[in-house]
Amino acid sequence: MRAFTQHQGLVAPMDRSNVDTDMIIPKQFLKSIKRTGFGPNLFDELRYLDEGKPDQDSSQRPLNPDFVLNQPRYEGASVLLARSNFGCGSSREHAPWALDDYGFRVIIAPSFADIFYNNCFKNGLLPIVLEEKVVDQLFQETEETEGYQLAIDLEAQTVTTPSGESFSFDVDSFRRHCLLNGLDDIGVTLEDAELIKSYEEQRRQTAPWLFNAGQ
Amino acid sequence: MAGKTLYDKLWDDHLVKQREDGSALIYIDRHLLHEVTSPQAFEGLRLAGRKPWRIDANLATPDHNVPTTDREKGIEGIVDPVSRIQVETLGKNCDEFGILEFKIKDKRQGIVHVIGPEQGATLPGMTIVCGDSHTSTHGAFGCLAHGIGTSEVEHVLATQCLVQQKMKNMLVKVNGQLGKGVTGKDVVLAIIGKIGTAGGTGHAIEFGGEAIQNLSMEGRMTICNMAIEAGARVGMVAVDGTTIDYVKDRPFSPRGETWDAAVKYWRTLHSDLDAEFDKVVELEGSEILPQVSWGTSPEMVADVTGNVPDPAKEDDPIKREGIERALKYMGLRPNQAITDIQLDRVFIGSCTNSRIEDLREAAVVVKGRKVADSLKQAMVVPGSGLVKAQAEAEGLDKIFLEAGLEWRDPGCSMCLAMNADKLGQGEHCASTSNRNFEGRQGFGGRTHLVSPTMAAAAAIHGHFVDVSELLN
Ligand code: SF4
Repeated sequence: MRAFTQHQGLVAPMDRSNVDTDMIIPKQFLKSIKRTGFGPNLFDELRYLDEGKPDQDSSQRPLNPDFVLNQPRYEGASVLLARSNFGCGSSREHAPWALDDYGFRVIIAPSFADIFYNNCFKNGLLPIVLEEKVVDQLFQETEETEGYQLAIDLEAQTVTTPSGESFSFDVDSFRRHCLLNGLDDIGVTLEDAELIKSYEEQRRQTAPWLFNAGQ
Repeated sequence: MAGKTLYDKLWDDHLVKQREDGSALIYIDRHLLHEVTSPQAFEGLRLAGRKPWRIDANLATPDHNVPTTDREKGIEGIVDPVSRIQVETLGKNCDEFGILEFKIKDKRQGIVHVIGPEQGATLPGMTIVCGDSHTSTHGAFGCLAHGIGTSEVEHVLATQCLVQQKMKNMLVKVNGQLGKGVTGKDVVLAIIGKIGTAGGTGHAIEFGGEAIQNLSMEGRMTICNMAIEAGARVGMVAVDGTTIDYVKDRPFSPRGETWDAAVKYWRTLHSDLDAEFDKVVELEGSEILPQVSWGTSPEMVADVTGNVPDPAKEDDPIKREGIERALKYMGLRPNQAITDIQLDRVFIGSCTNSRIEDLREAAVVVKGRKVADSLKQAMVVPGSGLVKAQAEAEGLDKIFLEAGLEWRDPGCSMCLAMNADKLGQGEHCASTSNRNFEGRQGFGGRTHLVSPTMAAAAAIHGHFVDVSELLN
């Protein structure tokens, strides 16, 4: 996995709460058996005026001029500023894949849905929870200042504004460790293979019904 | 020291290793797979030269992309080539690694959350995961069950474990009795309406209280299924006689002495009387009326006797904007009566409500009646091949067909419209599924979440009606 240590980038504001995974990447694009190529269909129904189809050249489609990511000032944004309960809905990892493929590295919101939050870490994408009033402030500053950038430091656990104001954020230490070092967590788990085997053996004895194959 | 909750017990029994940083390795007893979220995980395994840790813990079936007509054609019947590749890929992956798969023409094929319990592959006390957020369904059996992403699917395949943080405990208690025509679906929609779509975030919810205990396993599954719509990855109900009766004699259930030992253990799977919860919410069963969602989030629900909200009366500006946006998308007026919403289609199906009891409840309502002329379509999609066969043995298919509803083959179907079943732009649908997000059932489609009883009554009338009156 790609490591994440520090990042500075242009901020795009997604001013709506409960952004669900169907909105982030609509289901017709989940038919792909690959992990990449979802970027052009990120927020597809909001971003384009027509109905998107898989395997279509999206560069020819009519854009919705009202959608925030279509505004020239947010072109090249890599930090997404969002509202509460971002990523609610399904478990589809295609949602972080699409955000990543589009070019986002960080998402900042007052809260995230659990599964989405977890999926981000598996893909080198950093979800940051900041207090509602801080997020409000960042929204205001982003909208007021063209070219507004934020600097994120995972090691220090801080988000810093252009004026030098800094906000700290929490992240649990295992996830932080994996992300900082770009670790493959399957490899980390397999270091405990013996422990898993002995747990399994003991369960075979005490709860044999868990090991039934169908009849 | 306080006693343990059901979640605490399940967690402790599956803990392989507590790490110093607060994360833990949790053993997974059952892993369910479907075609949409697994291909990249299998690909990852192959690229890393890894093998599945324990083949017989896995059970797979295609459900999201399968057509609900012409099933005898098998994979050839999938018109969309991209969908077909996905279903074929699942088949190839399962064959390569020796994983049991109920393929498209197998009688046992169905929606993954329907077939697990049906096969007894879902047993009380298990940890169950699947690359699908509605895995919470299996918690109805006193399981620790939740959805995972594709990277975690790969992790479970490779290690039979997951790295987890322990969640907080939440109890949602529904006291007393439910009224006539009020089902598990109405209960869970009422709960989500009360606590919101983020009300359970970070928590494992246990559903308890008299009204829950009186529900059948189907009703409990419906409730746990939608825990995720309340923000909780995990929903659970304690094990009791109803649970044990349900799992008896299923293909994967234990037999003989092992059965007796299992039952003895399963009887311990409830929260201790002195267990403490981080959060408790109570509802009165008798106050819950049939529910209808009017907006684009599952928390946007109203009693069938109620009205669409008026954004002008909402003080919170973000909420007001949310209501305005939802009403615009849904094509509804502020204060419009719920029973005035005219429908174009009716969908009875999905992992929330496609089990035999759901179909029986719908059949009671439509029996001897006819679908309203104003509807373009009303369809029933059973949750599995076995549910379909059971319904046909009971004559339910005839009741539906005579009333003018379509009787389809099993799959996810119009729940998320990845196959050919979908809503047209602007169409209103009474749906027994679980998500009413924009575009969920088709581009521009308008979903109203309801129970099978309510959907069936809506099919007859062409608009919503209060089934509690109808059934009296
Ligand atoms: S029926 Fe709907 S919610 Fe359930 S697994 Fe299928 S698509 Fe997901």
